[in-house]
Amino acid sequence: MEIEYLFNLKSFVMARGKMLSESSSFLKGVMLGSIFYALITTLGHIRIGHRNRTHHHEHHHLQAPNKEDISKISAAERMELSKSFRVYCIVLVKPKDVSLWAAVKETWTKHCDKAEFFSSENVKVFESINVDTDDMWLMMRKAYKYAFDKYKEQYNWFFLARPSTFAVIENLKYFLLKKDPSQPFYLGHTVKSGDLEYVSVDGGIVLSIESMKRLNSLLSVPEKCPEQGGMIWKISEDKQLAVCLKYAGVFAENAEDADRKDVFNTKSVGLFIKEAMSNHPNQVVEGCCSNMAVTFNGLTPNQMHVMMYGVYRLRAFGHVFNDALVFLPPNGSDND
Amino acid sequence: MASKSWLNFLTFLCGSGDTQPNLHHNDPHARHLDDNEPSHLKEQVNFNADSNENMDIAENLYQKVKILCWVMTSSQNLEKKAKHVKATWAQYCNKVLFMSSEENQDFPTMGLKTKEGREQLYWKTIKTFQYVHDHYLEDADWFLKADDDTYVIVDNLRRLLSRYNPEQPIYFGRRSKPYVKQSYMNGGAGYVLSKEALRRFIDAFKTEKCTHSSSIEDLALGRCMEIINVEVRDSRDTTGKETFHPFVPEHHLIKGYLPKTFWYWNYNYYPPVEGPGCCSDIAVSFHYVNPTMYELEYLIYHLRPYDILKEINQANKNEDTKVKLGNP
Repeated sequence: MEIEYLFNLKSFVMARGKMLSESSSFLKGVMLGSIFYALITTLGHIRIGHRNRTHHHEHHHLQAPNKEDISKISAAERMELSKSFRVYCIVLVKPKDVSLWAAVKETWTKHCDKAEFFSSENVKVFESINVDTDDMWLMMRKAYKYAFDKYKEQYNWFFLARPSTFAVIENLKYFLLKKDPSQPFYLGHTVKSGDLEYVSVDGGIVLSIESMKRLNSLLSVPEKCPEQGGMIWKISEDKQLAVCLKYAGVFAENAEDADRKDVFNTKSVGLFIKEAMSNHPNQVVEGCCSNMAVTFNGLTPNQMHVMMYGVYRLRAFGHVFNDALVFLPPNGSDND
Repeated sequence: MASKSWLNFLTFLCGSGDTQPNLHHNDPHARHLDDNEPSHLKEQVNFNADSNENMDIAENLYQKVKILCWVMTSSQNLEKKAKHVKATWAQYCNKVLFMSSEENQDFPTMGLKTKEGREQLYWKTIKTFQYVHDHYLEDADWFLKADDDTYVIVDNLRRLLSRYNPEQPIYFGRRSKPYVKQSYMNGGAGYVLSKEALRRFIDAFKTEKCTHSSSIEDLALGRCMEIINVEVRDSRDTTGKETFHPFVPEHHLIKGYLPKTFWYWNYNYYPPVEGPGCCSDIAVSFHYVNPTMYELEYLIYHLRPYDILKEINQANKNEDTKVKLGNP
C-alpha cells in the first residue's frame, strides 16, 4: 500500500510537472505580451517630454499693430523702423517643385531682404543650397542651422515657406512692427494636435532671431530635438519643430488682424472665395480674408504671377489707402 | 465709403440694386430725395467706409464722370453670373441696368422681349441702347456695355474718361481688327459710348444708316460707329499698356498661355503683349471672369501691401490729384 501511495504520488507529481511545463509556456507568452504591449504604449507616448512644464497653454493669439500705435510714430522713426526689419526667407524645395520654385523665385521672394532655396538635391536650372536629403524635417533642420550660422548677425527675422506658398513680405514686416526680435517669437497659422500647438508649415513659419538662437542650441541635443522624432510613426516636420522649440521655452502663436482674421493662411484666395460662396453668399468678399494677409497656400505657378499683379499693381484709381504701400520695385523688375 | 452707400441709394431708387435698409434708418425720407442732393446723404452714412481709405478723389470723379452701366444677361444666367456682377463691381456705377430677354422683377432685370442666343445679341444691344437713350440720356455722360462675365473697375474707367468730353462722338474699348478700318471694340471686354455717340447711334437706326441684322454684335456696332462718324479713341494707359482685356489676368500675364495659333493674336489692333506688360495697373476690364469676380474684388479693394512709410504715400497721393484731375 505504501508503494501504491508512493507510485500515485509520483504520478501525481509527474502529472503536475507536465502541467507546469505546459503552463509555463503559456505564462511566458503572457509575460512577453505584456512587456511588448508596455513597450509600444510607452514609445507611442514619447513625443513631448515637457511634463516638467507646470502651465498648460491655451491657444495663443498674436495681434497685428493697431492704427493708433502706428500714427504715433514719427516719420523719422518710421524710416528707422522700416530699415530695422531684416527678413531672411527660406524656401524648402525638391526637384518635383521646379515650376513652383521658378514662380516663387520670380515673384514674392524678391521682396525678402534675402531669400535662399534649400533643395533636397542639386537641380541644374536653379541655384540652391543642397541639403542632400529629402526628409522634410532633416531639410528643415539643416536649413535653420545653415541660416543661423551664416546670418545670425545680419537678419533678425527668419521666414520659412514651401514653394506652394505666396507671401506678402511687406505685410509680414508690418505685422512684426512692434515685436522685439530679441524675444522668442514663433508665429504663423497655428494648429492644435492634442497638447501640442504648432505653426503649420503650409502657412509659413516665422522665427525671431532669439528663437533661432534657442533652436540652434537644441539641434545638437538628440534627446530633445532628435533627427528622427517619433519611434513608430513619422511626425510631420512642423510638429517636430514645435516639440523642439517647446523645450527651449518657445511657443507657437497664431497671427491675427484686428478683426481676429488669420493673417497666415494655409489655403488659397480661390478656395476661401469658393467656401465663402457656399457658407455666406451675401458676404463673400467681406467674409473672406484679412486685408493685411501675409500668406496664402496651394497656389499654382500661374496664380503666383496673378497674385503679384493683383497685390502690387492692379488698383482702383482714387482709392488711396493711408496705410498702403507705395512700393519701389527692385531694379529691373517688370512684374511689380 | 460714402460714395458706395450713395450708390446703394441710387440703385435702390432705380430699382436695380440691393437696398441696405440700415443705411437709411436715420432718415425715413431718404427714398424721396432726388439725385441732386448727394451731400445730404454723404454726411449721414459712412457704414461701409474702410477707415483707412481716403475717398476724396474717387468721390470727386464719381460726381464728375457719370457712367451708366448696362449688363447683358439672360434668365438662366441670373444666379450663375449676373448675381456676382451685382454683388461686386456694379455698385460702383452711377447707374446700372441688367438687360435680359424677359423681365424679372426680383433681380431686377429689364425685359427686352427678344429671344435669347448669340444671334440675338446685336438686336438686344440695339434695343437696350434705345431704351437707355429714351429714359436715361440725361442721367449719365458715358454708357458702358458689359457682359455678365465681365469684371469692370469702374473708377479706372472714370479716370480714363475724365480727360474726354462726352459731347464728342467717341467710344472706347479693346480695339480689334480687321473688318473695320478704324477698328471695332471687343464685346466681351466691354465698351463705352459717349453721350453724343449714343445719340448718333439711335439716330442711325431711325434714318437707316445702320442695319439691324447681324449676328456679330461687336463687329456690327463697330461698323455702325464708323458709318456715323463716331471715332475710336486709344484706351491704353500712359505707358502704352492695354486697359480693356478680353480674358482674365492669368491668360494675359502668363507668357505662352494663349497659343500662338489662337485667334487673339491676329485680332488685336495694337501689338499684343503677354507677360507683365500686358495689363495696365489701372486696368478697366477683364472678361470670362467667373467665379473669380470675388477674387478680383478682394485683390483690388481689400488685400494690399501695408507700409508704415505713410508720409511718402501722402506726397504721392497729392501728385496723383494734380495730374489726374486735369482738364477734361
